[in-house]
Amino acid sequence: MSAEDHEHSELGEMDLRVRALETVLAEKGYIDPAALDAIIDTYQTRVGPRNGARVVARAWSDPNYREWLLQDATAAIASLGYSGRQGEHMVALENTAVRHNMVVCTLCSCYPWPVLGLPPNWYKSTPYRSRVVKDPRGVLMEFGVTLPEETEIRVWDSTAEIRYLVIPRRPEGTDGLDEEALASLVTRDSMIGTGLALAPARSAL
Amino acid sequence: MTYTSHADVGGLPDFGRITPEPEGKLFHAPWEPRAMGLTVAMGATGAWNLDMARSARETLSDYRLLSYYEIWIEALQNMLEARGMLHSDEVVARRSLYPAPPVPRTLKHAEVSAVFAKGASTERPVQAPALFGTGQQVRTIEVQFGHHTRLPRYARGKQGSIERVQGVHVLPDSNSQGLGEQPQWLYTVVFDGVELWGDGTTPGLKVSIDAFEPYLEAV
Repeated sequence: MSAEDHEHSELGEMDLRVRALETVLAEKGYIDPAALDAIIDTYQTRVGPRNGARVVARAWSDPNYREWLLQDATAAIASLGYSGRQGEHMVALENTAVRHNMVVCTLCSCYPWPVLGLPPNWYKSTPYRSRVVKDPRGVLMEFGVTLPEETEIRVWDSTAEIRYLVIPRRPEGTDGLDEEALASLVTRDSMIGTGLALAPARSAL
Repeated sequence: MTYTSHADVGGLPDFGRITPEPEGKLFHAPWEPRAMGLTVAMGATGAWNLDMARSARETLSDYRLLSYYEIWIEALQNMLEARGMLHSDEVVARRSLYPAPPVPRTLKHAEVSAVFAKGASTERPVQAPALFGTGQQVRTIEVQFGHHTRLPRYARGKQGSIERVQGVHVLPDSNSQGLGEQPQWLYTVVFDGVELWGDGTTPGLKVSIDAFEPYLEAV
């Protein structure tokens, strides 16, 4: 069954079940429904991959910041206001001409929430988790990315509580761009390692 | 004791193609954001820790048939029922029918930003020197775990080298069983693709895991 089929057949039942759970747990005093609204709002409107894009754009623009980010990503990222849940222990991984980094959590769905928000479906799904550690080039092809044969591919399986952010390579022809313009070239997938930053004619938004 | 994680899928065949998605598509049904919020809010009560929740999810027998948030809800309901905090007839009745055992705290609306911004560090004070140093060769242990663990099957009994020493962190193996945090040194251990998958693997492939000290032996 595809994910979509699953979605449609289960929608009614799951909708009722989750509503019932919420009602009962609120009645028991375990949850504050307004807190749920705030949690959801946080990830729908405030915390997402645009945060990470600003980190990358700063690293591209400021050599001192880049150095700090590579040495102590948790502090460097916190200095831009991004910290907390599922980003307590950050490590930044810089892509270069000779090395391409990719991040996965084969055991579950560990992901750097403060800089990337909630993970996309494919990141949490078994096809990506099972294959990327064994056949990363095959996985990249499904994202439309082909790298030179001599590029070393390094896959980081985030099996503990360290969270990884990939710093994609800065595209050619971006010398005059300010940080905001640079950030618009940084896609979510490029910060996981399944994509590349966009060429200046296009943008991530 | 038999313990099976259905979530440990690294290197397994036959899961099919990946479906890339545009940025911003976070949820796929109206109940999914509520399921996410419910799970996070219940986690914040302190009735269980995150490793217990992960264990509850990965051991669901129908794990691979369920969607991501279905897994979360199924595990949430199991954890609540196991602690007498919820009874299945209450879900059917859509109201509380039994007294509620107390929880350490309730996450209030006004606290959400502060609690999220603070997070929950797993790093703990150093009690003993690290056994291994950067560049050292190590071998992962090859055992059948009877509990939640962070040593994936594909990386058991493999030789690699210590690339980073990541400090001392809560050990999920014990924390998930309610046996305390038992903090341990954590290392990034990198393996050659050939060591993990044999000859003919992607040239130039290196894969790392973050491994707690008890998972490692000196070579």
